[in-house]
Amino acid sequence: MTPTSTANQLGRKEVVAFRLGDQDFCIDIDHVREIRGWTPATKLPHAPSYVTGVINLRGSVVAVVDLADRLGLGATVPSDRHVIIIVTLGRQTVGLLADFVSDILTIGEESTKAVPELGAEPTRDFIVNIITLEDGRMLRKIDLSRVLPNLRSSGPTDVAAAA
Amino acid sequence: MAAIDELRMTFFQECEDLLEQLAEGLRVLRAENGSPDVETLHSVFRAVHSIKGGAGAFGLKELVAFAHVFETVLDHLRSGKIVLSETLLALLLRAGDFLNDLVGCARDGVPCDAERMNLLLGDLDEVAEKVGRTAEKEAEMPEFVPVTLDLSAIPLGEGDRDDGANESALPPDDATGVSSDPTRFEIDFAPLGTMYGTGNEPAPLVRSLRRLGAVTVTADLSAVRPLETFDPTEPQLVWRLVLETEARRDEIEAVFEFVEDLARIDIRATVEPTRRTSGRSVPPSSGCGADTTASSRDAALLRPSPKSRSSVGDLSSGANPKIVGSTATTVPTPGSAATSSAVGASPSTIRVNLDRVDRLINLVGELVIMEARLSQVIAKAGLAADSDVASGLEGIKQLASEVQESVMAIRAQPLKPVFQRMHRIVREAAEATGKIVTLETVGESTEVDKTVIERLVDPLTHMIRNAVDHGIEQPDIRVAAGKPREGKITLSAAHRSGRVVIEVADDGGGIDRAKVKAAAERKGLVQPGTAMTPNEIDNLLFLPGFSSKEEVSALSGRGVGLDVVRREIQGLGGRVAIDSIPGRGTTFIITLPLTLAVLQGMLVSIRGETLVLPLSAVVETLHATNATRYSVGRRARLVANRGELLPIIDLAEVFGLSGPLCDDGRGVLIVVECDGGRRAALEVDHIEDQRQVVIKSIEENYGHVFGISAATILGNGRIALIIDPDEIISSATAGIRYPALAEAVCA
Repeated sequence: MTPTSTANQLGRKEVVAFRLGDQDFCIDIDHVREIRGWTPATKLPHAPSYVTGVINLRGSVVAVVDLADRLGLGATVPSDRHVIIIVTLGRQTVGLLADFVSDILTIGEESTKAVPELGAEPTRDFIVNIITLEDGRMLRKIDLSRVLPNLRSSGPTDVAAAA
Repeated sequence: MAAIDELRMTFFQECEDLLEQLAEGLRVLRAENGSPDVETLHSVFRAVHSIKGGAGAFGLKELVAFAHVFETVLDHLRSGKIVLSETLLALLLRAGDFLNDLVGCARDGVPCDAERMNLLLGDLDEVAEKVGRTAEKEAEMPEFVPVTLDLSAIPLGEGDRDDGANESALPPDDATGVSSDPTRFEIDFAPLGTMYGTGNEPAPLVRSLRRLGAVTVTADLSAVRPLETFDPTEPQLVWRLVLETEARRDEIEAVFEFVEDLARIDIRATVEPTRRTSGRSVPPSSGCGADTTASSRDAALLRPSPKSRSSVGDLSSGANPKIVGSTATTVPTPGSAATSSAVGASPSTIRVNLDRVDRLINLVGELVIMEARLSQVIAKAGLAADSDVASGLEGIKQLASEVQESVMAIRAQPLKPVFQRMHRIVREAAEATGKIVTLETVGESTEVDKTVIERLVDPLTHMIRNAVDHGIEQPDIRVAAGKPREGKITLSAAHRSGRVVIEVADDGGGIDRAKVKAAAERKGLVQPGTAMTPNEIDNLLFLPGFSSKEEVSALSGRGVGLDVVRREIQGLGGRVAIDSIPGRGTTFIITLPLTLAVLQGMLVSIRGETLVLPLSAVVETLHATNATRYSVGRRARLVANRGELLPIIDLAEVFGLSGPLCDDGRGVLIVVECDGGRRAALEVDHIEDQRQVVIKSIEENYGHVFGISAATILGNGRIALIIDPDEIISSATAGIRYPALAEAVCA
């Protein structure tokens, strides 16, 4: 691995930590473009339940993913106090709905742990690492590629079936 | 590396223009029918030559080799050594098509069709060699007066020889080339390695100069290094040319135009003009044959004296005799230089990366949205319409729409390149079917959004092939029907009420409706015995899986039918219609939006959500209380409208929206028409507004959503989805045909 802006010292990475319900999560800061307040989203027909809708990000149409719902923690009822973390993965830009952003942290390798065997817990599928902090908190690091909706066509077949 | 890629890209962009120039030129040649205009020939030659030059720089060997042979034939043609016959023209057209393919192959890095290349090369070589033989014959004429060019003195490898300068006088080969008062030019010509690398040669340049007047060539061998240190890639020969001519300096410079960056060229006019009597110049020119002196200037010009041809050719014959033999002139004549300057006089243009234009368009879109937002705020604030703020906003509104129009105009491109490609399609299709077909294009300067143009190529190609294959009859049948043997396809474009209308019309036999209907019945696309209007039958052609041709032809019957064409046109927000008169021909009418960036939309509200319906699809709106509805079975509902029964499609159901219904609870029916004239009534809660909206892609960050073509941003900054009525109607009514439905209701 070559050193990057986020790994200026060996094995150290910056992450954005945020809260969903009563649990702390984080993602690599590399992927984060900006953090915005909640704005009402336009519903998308035939979208999976965890896609809250689409918002206008300075002229681009960006889908918002309800992370809590996606991770199996139950759907969020968004309010003005929620935030949308705008992330990019490849060429896709997506907003992640979260309760609030708590910190931007530099994490050393020593505090990064593998996820223990958790049985059939659905959230497990979306977590790559667990990071323990000195203050006793624990961050669950999310694998973005699994969280984002696929760039695929949705609907026609569902509708045909429904009709 | 990146810089080279960029250059490569520029080269291929230029190739596109050059190929267009080539195609245009060849087409003009065909129209001129045997009496080619020299200017046209020059322009065709120049196009091929420039492609060759560029291709050489990028090491595209196949392209260079082919362009070289092609160019040779063209050069013979423009110098009058060969006559443009029907067969030669056909060969040139084929060669032009293949050059086009070669450029495409080179660009995409795929191997070309070697067999076809060899075939064409063989044909072209044959034409070129014929000239070579004629030249040899002339060389054997007894009047031939040899001019000595002491080549034995070229000491390649004999070590340093400062005194190795050799003089040889190349006489002018036409008497008029020397006027009573010629000026003397001294030209130092030192080619760089890159000049040979790009396929240019000095000998043709000298030959071109000779058309201007008498040339004396002196080879300066002082720079030639001994064999041990000899670098074959580094040219060491320098020529000093003394030219006596009445031509102007710029005419001389024009000769070197193509190599000006590839060689050191120093042209000096020496003061004292050397007087030469025409008497001295006659004997050498008579070497071409006794008739030369008597014939016109052109005739003499076009026949370089064979001896100088062979002697100059020998200079580089060691390197590649074949190329020398076939390259008569790879350099423009003064005449061609004149046209290139004329071309330069056309309106100046710049190449701009499309991304930049798109960014600008996006920004203008934002501006329009912002302006809508502002006017909402002002309206909410209760300011009077005649207040300063409101009138100021009105001004901004006007400016914004003007800016928008101008920016759209940047993206707009004439349809010409697409239309030009169709000539080839017609030619190939006619060849394959043994029909005689001409293509006439009308309104090719009509401008359409660039994206539209790019995506038009495939559907148009398909329709043109279709017109040749299915539309135009065989020549004998045409004659029997009292029509000219030659079928005609007219491809026309025009702006009509804010849309672009493109028509593909053939003068063939028209649609055989009985056959079409029978085929549709056989394939189960329509119930046997159903009464159908001619228009309904015509529209059967667009159904997936329909092909009226009994046997699958190699040309257009390859499993994709007109349904694909329709889908592609629909993808562009356009529509296709057919108009056919039996015995007189068929016309396909494509209507397209001018741009893919904005759209006139009707804002409708469905369960609290705002959606946009493209106004182009809307036929009329019906208030629910005035409409008579019928239920059929458990779910299906119909509405009677102007004597027609239309299915009602509840958009709330289609989009799975379940918000609260608006007050009156009955809603509005919007009658929309999709391609092929199919109609349906879309049920919405109410209509909010009608306005121009900026189209935003939803697929970029998310993906395709059924029934939705794109999104837009409303004045309040929220996103509204744009409905795709075609997709909704075709899926909602799949498998149900309206006549059948009507029967069900009546029963």
